[in-house]
Amino acid sequence: MSSATLEGTSAPRPAPTAFLEVRDLKIHFPTDDGLVKSVDGLSFGLEKGKILGIVGESGSGKSVTSLGILGLHKGTRARVSGEVWLDGTELVAATKEEVRRLRGLKMAMIFQDPLSALHPYFTVGAQIAEAYRIHNDVSKSAARKRAIEMLDRVGIPTPDKRVDDYPHQFSGGMRQRAMIAMSLSCNPELLIADEPTTALDVTVQAQILDLMRDLQKEFGSAIIMITHDLGVVAEFADDILVMYGGKAVEYGTVNEVFYEPQHPYTWGLLSSVTRLDRVRQARLKPIAGSPPSLINVPSGCSFHPRCPYEPQTGGKGSTVVPELVDSGNGHMVRCHLSARERTDLFLEHVKPTL
Amino acid sequence: MGRFIVRRSIGVVLLLIIVSMATFGIFFLAPKLVGTDPARLFAGRVADDATVKQVTKKLGLDQPLYIQYARYAKGIVAGRDFNNGPDKTHCNVPCLGYSFKNDQDVWALMLDRLPVTVSMAIGAAVIWLVSGVSVGVLSALKRGSVFDRAAMGVALAGVSLPVYFTGLLGLSIFSYNLKIFPNVHYVGFTTNPLSWASNLLIPWVCLAFLYSATYARLTRANMLETMGEDYIRTARAKGLPERTVIARHGFRAALTPIVTIFGLDLGGLLGGAVLTETVFGFPGIGKLAVDSIATLDLPIILGVTLFAAFFIIVANLIVDVLYAYVDPRVRYT
Ligand SMILES: Nc1ncnc2c1ncn2[C@@H]1O[C@H](COP(=O)(O)OP(=O)(O)OP(=O)(O)O)[C@@H](O)[C@H]1O
Ligand code: SF4
Ligand SMILES: [Mg+2]
Repeated sequence: MSSATLEGTSAPRPAPTAFLEVRDLKIHFPTDDGLVKSVDGLSFGLEKGKILGIVGESGSGKSVTSLGILGLHKGTRARVSGEVWLDGTELVAATKEEVRRLRGLKMAMIFQDPLSALHPYFTVGAQIAEAYRIHNDVSKSAARKRAIEMLDRVGIPTPDKRVDDYPHQFSGGMRQRAMIAMSLSCNPELLIADEPTTALDVTVQAQILDLMRDLQKEFGSAIIMITHDLGVVAEFADDILVMYGGKAVEYGTVNEVFYEPQHPYTWGLLSSVTRLDRVRQARLKPIAGSPPSLINVPSGCSFHPRCPYEPQTGGKGSTVVPELVDSGNGHMVRCHLSARERTDLFLEHVKPTL
Repeated sequence: MGRFIVRRSIGVVLLLIIVSMATFGIFFLAPKLVGTDPARLFAGRVADDATVKQVTKKLGLDQPLYIQYARYAKGIVAGRDFNNGPDKTHCNVPCLGYSFKNDQDVWALMLDRLPVTVSMAIGAAVIWLVSGVSVGVLSALKRGSVFDRAAMGVALAGVSLPVYFTGLLGLSIFSYNLKIFPNVHYVGFTTNPLSWASNLLIPWVCLAFLYSATYARLTRANMLETMGEDYIRTARAKGLPERTVIARHGFRAALTPIVTIFGLDLGGLLGGAVLTETVFGFPGIGKLAVDSIATLDLPIILGVTLFAAFFIIVANLIVDVLYAYVDPRVRYT
């Protein structure tokens, strides 16, 4: 488990030793309907060469978090607080320009829908070359060579020809490969993949994941893999962060979260996947009830309206916000039930149904 | 692409034939319906029946309509001879016939007026394109700011104020009262470029005002939409400076629909800016049309209508071809 930090400690702390460390990150959007608390006090850490999976229902704040790390909320109406340390540099307080220089170079991102994420009017090669030239002072022809080389690396056949194709001339899987080529063109040390396979069909999904795994071994970068798909993270990630309503509700190693899950929400997620260790394609079925409003967040534990164990917390579930606490070995859980109670509940009621 | 252009050009020709048939039919049938005879229009009110008969014969008006049309069409592509007893007049390609009122060659008349219309249209187009698009882009980037609100307010007024209002207002302020541009009239570019421009300035601005308002609103809407696209987020995620994101990735895509309406608007104006030319008394194609409608000078009305249709249809073709260059997703087969 990478270095995990308890939230709520307020005094300024020294720069962390972890490669990426997010501390008490809050991203709020003032809107006409009220303040949308998309991310509300998120903390996690990630070392180079490791993969962190972030899972959660739609609207739990996964994409907002990743854009926040990249500094893409700067200059918008979003209110961002907390700390994001990347290799010793704090990014939340850094200027727009400082973060821009790191973007694409030290940290890069892959988006969900490669067709809409690529510019329709520029060739794939031009878009990769552009990404390379922002951070490398090279000629156009050198950048083009780099684009061809990258397309080759991600497995595009005859890259010297396809480099001049437009995105619409690529298949869905090839587009995502091109996106990956683009994001890796400057050898970033942190790669954030926001549901990179959701828009692709089953066989292509597997290929893209294999490709990412190979490239990760080769480049040794840290990866944040955001997904709905528990099967993907089970195979892919080292650590897992489960998000609910803008907060981390469970955070631990893959083995901890998959085989000794401690949070009722995680149990719900797992029950919607059959044979969690084998089936890659199982999509999360929504747990009974609907995701919480991010404007009028439910009192107490934000999961309590949907939680079958809420009565067992003696009223605390709906009144007191639980803290994310270490239940041993850095396995963090946000729930009022004691670790004992949760372990018993899981073993008796949940595990047999999985 | 080559095949596309050829195919579309054939389409243009067919469309022009249909338009010319329709126009021809309307203009030569309409007088009959209201009880006048084209021959009488030609001969004049005081002519006796014998003269009218002679004119009817000379113009071929005694022939069935399709023969008349065939002759007219042949005149346009191959020239035409008018027999009037012993004297024979040859009308050169493209022959659009002769004015009923003063016997002048319609084509020559229009060529004579064309520089006025072209000067007016091109000058105004440059102004409205530059001002409309830049105001639209700024408005979108500073959405909700004082600039945005003010610009969009003016633009709303702009689309609802007709040229005969802004034109007369402009004239009364800058020409009659302040006398900055006294006695506005058309001066040929070759005669004196400076006074060509200074005389055209008020018409340009008035005409451009109307169009820039539309362009500013359209550009703003396009720009706002484009800047919210996923590929803009990608461009930012690459680490591109915001300037480049806006100029290269956003503006480029937002401009595409503008190219389309610009081509059509310009094509339409080249066929004659009727209101503007009338307000300023500039002798362009539009003014020619208005004057000949007033005197029911059918050959001119017909000629001008075909001319305008020609510009609009050709502008359409150019826009379609241009689109393929701007947007690679558009493929022509
Ligand atoms: N610019 C914004 N202004 C207001 N609210 C926003 C903004 N961006 C995101 N949100 C809200 O923040 C919440 C979290 O959004 P986010 O996109 O991070 O969800 P997600 O976990 O990525 O979901 P999905 O799985 O559907 O991608 C959503 O309720 C969304 O409506
Ligand atoms: S705190 Fe209570 S309501 Fe929240 S998850 Fe735990 S048991 Fe359920
Ligand atoms: Mg998302």
